[in-house]
Amino acid sequence: MKLHIADKTFTSRLFLGTGKFSTNALMKDAVAASGSELVTVALKRVDMKGQEDDLLTALASETIDLLPNTSGVRTAQEAVFAAELAREALETNWVKLEIHPDPKYLMPDPVETLQATEVLAKKGFVVMPYIHADPVLCKRLEDAGAAVVMPLGSPIGSNKGLCTLDFLHIIIEQSNVPVVVDAGIGAPSHAAQAMEIGADAVLVNTAIAVAGDPVAMAHAFQKAVEAGRMAFEARLAAPEHTAKASSPLTSFLDA
Amino acid sequence: MPNFRTLFDQYDWNGVYDSIYTKTEADVAAALQRPVRNLEDFKALISPAAQPFLEAMAAQAQRDTLQRFGNTLQLFAPMYLSNECQNICTYCGFSLDNKIRRKTLNPLEIEREVQAIKALGFRHVLLVTGEATVRVGVPYFEKALKQIRPHFDNISIEVQPLDEAEYRTLIPLGLHAVLVYQETYHKAAYRKHHPKGKKSNFYYRLETPDRLGRAGVHKIGLGALIGLEDWRVDSFFVALHLRYLEQTYWKTKYSISFPRLRPFSGGLTPKVVMNDRELVQLITAYRLFNKEVELSLSTRETPHFRDHAFKLGITSMSAGSKTNPGGYVVEPQSLEQFEISDERTPAEVAQMIKNNGYETVWKDWDTALELVPSLP
Repeated sequence: MKLHIADKTFTSRLFLGTGKFSTNALMKDAVAASGSELVTVALKRVDMKGQEDDLLTALASETIDLLPNTSGVRTAQEAVFAAELAREALETNWVKLEIHPDPKYLMPDPVETLQATEVLAKKGFVVMPYIHADPVLCKRLEDAGAAVVMPLGSPIGSNKGLCTLDFLHIIIEQSNVPVVVDAGIGAPSHAAQAMEIGADAVLVNTAIAVAGDPVAMAHAFQKAVEAGRMAFEARLAAPEHTAKASSPLTSFLDA
Repeated sequence: MPNFRTLFDQYDWNGVYDSIYTKTEADVAAALQRPVRNLEDFKALISPAAQPFLEAMAAQAQRDTLQRFGNTLQLFAPMYLSNECQNICTYCGFSLDNKIRRKTLNPLEIEREVQAIKALGFRHVLLVTGEATVRVGVPYFEKALKQIRPHFDNISIEVQPLDEAEYRTLIPLGLHAVLVYQETYHKAAYRKHHPKGKKSNFYYRLETPDRLGRAGVHKIGLGALIGLEDWRVDSFFVALHLRYLEQTYWKTKYSISFPRLRPFSGGLTPKVVMNDRELVQLITAYRLFNKEVELSLSTRETPHFRDHAFKLGITSMSAGSKTNPGGYVVEPQSLEQFEISDERTPAEVAQMIKNNGYETVWKDWDTALELVPSLP
């Protein structure tokens, strides 16, 4: 089953970040090996003034869509301003909303993110907000017109996996828009776990960019995401702590 | 209103000194084991007892830096606007009592320097001046920022400390970061090395990051000048300052520099000499103490040192620096603030970075990310 977001359809449920790679050529190869069709680029890293940009040149492809992100802004007002400039310069109305006024742990600001989502959705943007794994906030974002919600698994770049697992379960259960688990996914097994519990996609950057062999790791993530999705669609058997051989409490009813 | 002075005054220099110098190898081993490290751990890591652990510290610092910052290193250029200065600082080439020709760049000269720095590939620039409030005060900075901002993606300044309201007027003009080094946190030594001028006010300088935090600047740069007093104690106070600021102004980013006193025309012989092993110890200790802080290494250091040490925690470097106003094209032969050691061109440094498997980041900010209403 393919993933639909706004007007686009994705075969791959793995989205990639483009920071932290040692060269743009390596980044390009890793994106290709991952099979990803949506990659996010930080506005602060690319040249939007019409000059040739190495990163954008490396990513130019008919099968890959760019998702500009607003990393660096601290308020809704700044995010809206940045998204509008990106729409003009990069010719896309898709935006990954990252508003983290805290530069240390890069924790997303829920209030500013909700405000910016409302404004940008009204202006016709496909808004993909990065937020904490807060089920109520996810519903509010959905009401505000977000195209997806992107709750974090753990802090950005931490590679700690799904520390927010219990809340991701609730978000996935309640959501009417696709849920993309973003941030903290440090290993293919984390990505597979997110897909198994029903996430619609995952976004990965550090775990691939900083791996010993980023291209091979990108491929490993591709397989993990596919396996996790397949397992979710096949419906996992519920885990049991003990073997269930008999029914000691109710067997008398059979007598 | 929170103020670092309140915290700082609770510490006594000699007490901190004794505490650092009595740390044991067991303290260092324990500090290395901890997933999160506090100021006592930092003391252990910068103590003499940590020297045998340098390789382990370097390995952990490298891992932490790669995870947070990736295989990247930022490059920036300093641009000296003026060497006029009303201060006497015993260690500085711009000191009032140093008989050099004084120069403040006019708009035409700024334009020529801007074009030269841009041609080298730079997108981030650090504006530097002495302290000459009348000629090189806030109105001069306003004009310079308006002129320079459209040419670069990111502007920092290293100038005299200003009042909060003054910072508030400069930030909307595109001022991203302010570097203000305490030089030394030793009050008596500070007085000795700054006998004349506004800079002799220890506490006004000490409280500058608080004023910057309140004004809402994006990034604040801290540091001590290594060579004036015991570097371990000074670096402890930098770490204390950092921790306080992070907790108080949580929307602000921080960077640390560790300039070692360099020779200049007619200058001071350092009281304390820090060797290369000790500088690596300090860099890695800062990284083990704080995974997120930016660490910057200047052209004061030799190519040999920079080429190896940048992988152990550093996140940004200057390259091809000229430390005299007009140094790039206007007056390349005039007297420098200090002698640089790494005289390679930015392109050569970028090639070295590439050869080491890192990507040079020239641009890490964009005017689109901040509302700058008064751009021309």
